[in-house]
Amino acid sequence: MADLNRKFDVLVIGGGNAALCAAISARRAGASVLVLEGAPKFYRGGNTRHTRNMRCAHDAATEILTGPYTEEEFWDDLLRLTGGQTDEELAKFMIRESKDILNWIVEQGVRWQPSLGGTLSLGRTNSFFLGGGRAMLNALYLTAEKLGVEIAYDAEVIDLEIQDGMFLAAQLKQPIDGASKIRASALVAAAGGFEANIEWLKEYWGEAADNFLIRGTPYNRGSILKMLLDKGVQDIGDPTQCHAVAIDARAPKFDGGIITRHDSVIFGIVVNKHAQRFYDEGEDIWPKRYAIWGRLVAAQPDQIAYIIFDSTVVTSFMPTLFPPIAGASIAELAGKLELDPAALEKTITEFNAAVQPGTFDHTILDDCRTAGITPPKTHWARRIETAPYLAYPVRPGITFTYLGTRVNRQSRMVMKDGKPSVNMFAAGEIMAGNVLGKGYAAGIGMTIGSVFGRVAGREAAKNARN
Amino acid sequence: MHGTRILDEADRLMTVCNSCRYCEGLCAVFPAMEMRRAFSDGDLNYLANLCHACGACYTDCQFSPPHEFDVNVPKTLAVARAESWAAYVWPRAFAGAFARNGLVISLVAALSVAAFIFGFAALHDRQILFGVHTGPGAFYKLMPHNAMAALFGAAFLYAIVALVMGVRAFWRDIGEPVGMKTDAAALFQAIRDAGELRYLDGGGVGCFNEDDRPTDRRRLYHHLTFYGFALCFASTSVATLYHYLFAREAPYPWWDLPIVLGTLGGIGLLIGPIGLLTERWKRDSVLVDEAHYGMDVAFIVMLFMTSLTGMALLILRETAAMGPLLALHLGVVFSLFVTMPYGKFVHGIYRFTALVRYARERNAMAQGAPE
Repeated sequence: MADLNRKFDVLVIGGGNAALCAAISARRAGASVLVLEGAPKFYRGGNTRHTRNMRCAHDAATEILTGPYTEEEFWDDLLRLTGGQTDEELAKFMIRESKDILNWIVEQGVRWQPSLGGTLSLGRTNSFFLGGGRAMLNALYLTAEKLGVEIAYDAEVIDLEIQDGMFLAAQLKQPIDGASKIRASALVAAAGGFEANIEWLKEYWGEAADNFLIRGTPYNRGSILKMLLDKGVQDIGDPTQCHAVAIDARAPKFDGGIITRHDSVIFGIVVNKHAQRFYDEGEDIWPKRYAIWGRLVAAQPDQIAYIIFDSTVVTSFMPTLFPPIAGASIAELAGKLELDPAALEKTITEFNAAVQPGTFDHTILDDCRTAGITPPKTHWARRIETAPYLAYPVRPGITFTYLGTRVNRQSRMVMKDGKPSVNMFAAGEIMAGNVLGKGYAAGIGMTIGSVFGRVAGREAAKNARN
Repeated sequence: MHGTRILDEADRLMTVCNSCRYCEGLCAVFPAMEMRRAFSDGDLNYLANLCHACGACYTDCQFSPPHEFDVNVPKTLAVARAESWAAYVWPRAFAGAFARNGLVISLVAALSVAAFIFGFAALHDRQILFGVHTGPGAFYKLMPHNAMAALFGAAFLYAIVALVMGVRAFWRDIGEPVGMKTDAAALFQAIRDAGELRYLDGGGVGCFNEDDRPTDRRRLYHHLTFYGFALCFASTSVATLYHYLFAREAPYPWWDLPIVLGTLGGIGLLIGPIGLLTERWKRDSVLVDEAHYGMDVAFIVMLFMTSLTGMALLILRETAAMGPLLALHLGVVFSLFVTMPYGKFVHGIYRFTALVRYARERNAMAQGAPE
């Protein structure tokens, strides 16, 4: 490792996709670069570890993409999913830049593959990383190391020296090679959100946050975000917003990743701890609805719910990490789930009685629906009547948070007084709120990371030279 | 629950992997896994033998150790693979040979070499054993050609019978019909995949060995070893044809086909095994089935010794060292043949069989046939 007491051109705090794209881009622009990753080497990369694809605009089909996805279509999608809560100029800039990222990221060693089994609906819009997110990270780290980027792990930053919107130095919790204060001409903050910081989540969610499971590593604590906001950087994004899906309640508290998810909601019903249904399980096709179920479960008592289905649909969805809990009768299943057997039997009986005849097709909004119950199940409603009866317990699984630092088109942070920072840039989840006011569509987080990481690195290098 | 602890672990891992699928572009194992929702013993043994141990899925996995999901597919499948070979072995009484393989192979090799040396010494006086013999038929002054052909023919035949019986057991275990008609397309595909070592490339960048930097060295050394072995085998076959069809007796001049093939192959079979052994030593122990370390080393050393003794014989065949070197070389080759069904050599046979099965499955899937 180089002498960390010298002043670097660019300091990157964070170690995921955005951080590495920034480090590589700054280094390629001629800057000396140090990356401080707060996690140990194995857990490097924050949420990037668990990603698998990126949404980039392209005008024609490629080897791995089945058709064009134009800038206009991408913009329409973004506008719809955010309900207009997006910075149009930044969002359109990102979409335009995303086209070139498809090639640029390959030049940094990342490899693509066609969409994975079970994700055909993303085959046209999303490019998948061969080997997944950790393979992508490994490639970026190898490239960064080859280019001469310095990288330190277990390098937790506990304070930032910022004066009048100008970054001066970062204070390390533990000195590295005798250096405890890192000085640099420019800063790129790419250290993610605060989803693993339960105490911070509690500020908005109360005690319910104790029952949240965190899908990524325990290192996404948002400490850099907090320091920046406390030292005059303008915030953006709703602090109460987070991307949350319903994941298996048996998953570990942290870092269960993608494999704890459940895709079975539309094939059955979902009840809370009182054995009551609480939302239309068949509202829309699953890729458009999976991301609301985390919040729905979070709003239920004790933040727990149960997906209940019968043995006829077991092979209709991806195999799951945890096996379903089975009962020969509804009452037996209720016993295993510690639900009131009579209440569960009543709910299922009423549901079954409400199911109307129809032709089942899970790929379209079919005509299998209920009548006369609240909430209704508007599609894919079929009776639950073939033993064994099966259930998955689910809890809210928090993927990431939306609160961030405001940036301009150079990915430069904007201070509370509206002035751009002298030498501070941000990329990735820490500034995703600029583009994503709410909502989510698969792969956008990685687009934000790569596009703004690349821009931030380039601009930081330019800044450092001047 | 499966028959063994390692199959239970392989089942646990395939359940994790099947709910993730990020690795499906890396090799054949994961697409084959995705064709199933549950895994029988045979399925797991099939996947284990399909794995080329490139290590990419370990380096790319977000759940590999120290993660609590503790996903280590290369190591688990390596252990399962070696255990499957012991389970399929013919005759069953030799199953134990895989457990202490290094010792078994060394003993057989030493006994075999000793037998040839003592045999030569017992049958010939010192003048012949340490004499200088040149011209056609020189080798046969020490051992008559027919005796040599009969002994090695028998050893080779035995190896083939034992290997076929093993493959038959494997084929049954993985649920394929034993009497199925030849599937030419699948065979051809498997020959290509095996010939290129298509799945030892980590999905394109090379395999992982001592660290997280991919390299193609193992594939290169394996190619040198395999094609070196194939050339040596071709050399012997051509020489046999020369002998019986044209009555041309060994030793042959340096420009003749058996010598050219044998020399090229011999060079590959010297460099390849040294490379493989070096890579094996460097390999991150987290990826390796350490219990079968001796088996890996024994096979590589046997191949190296086959080439080394053969090359020494070629160079020194017109000197007094020819007799002892011939005994040494024949001893090594004999032990290589008879131990083939009881050591690492079988990996190629079972992996090729698994590749045939994989090609059949892929074709069936492409044609929309039920599994």
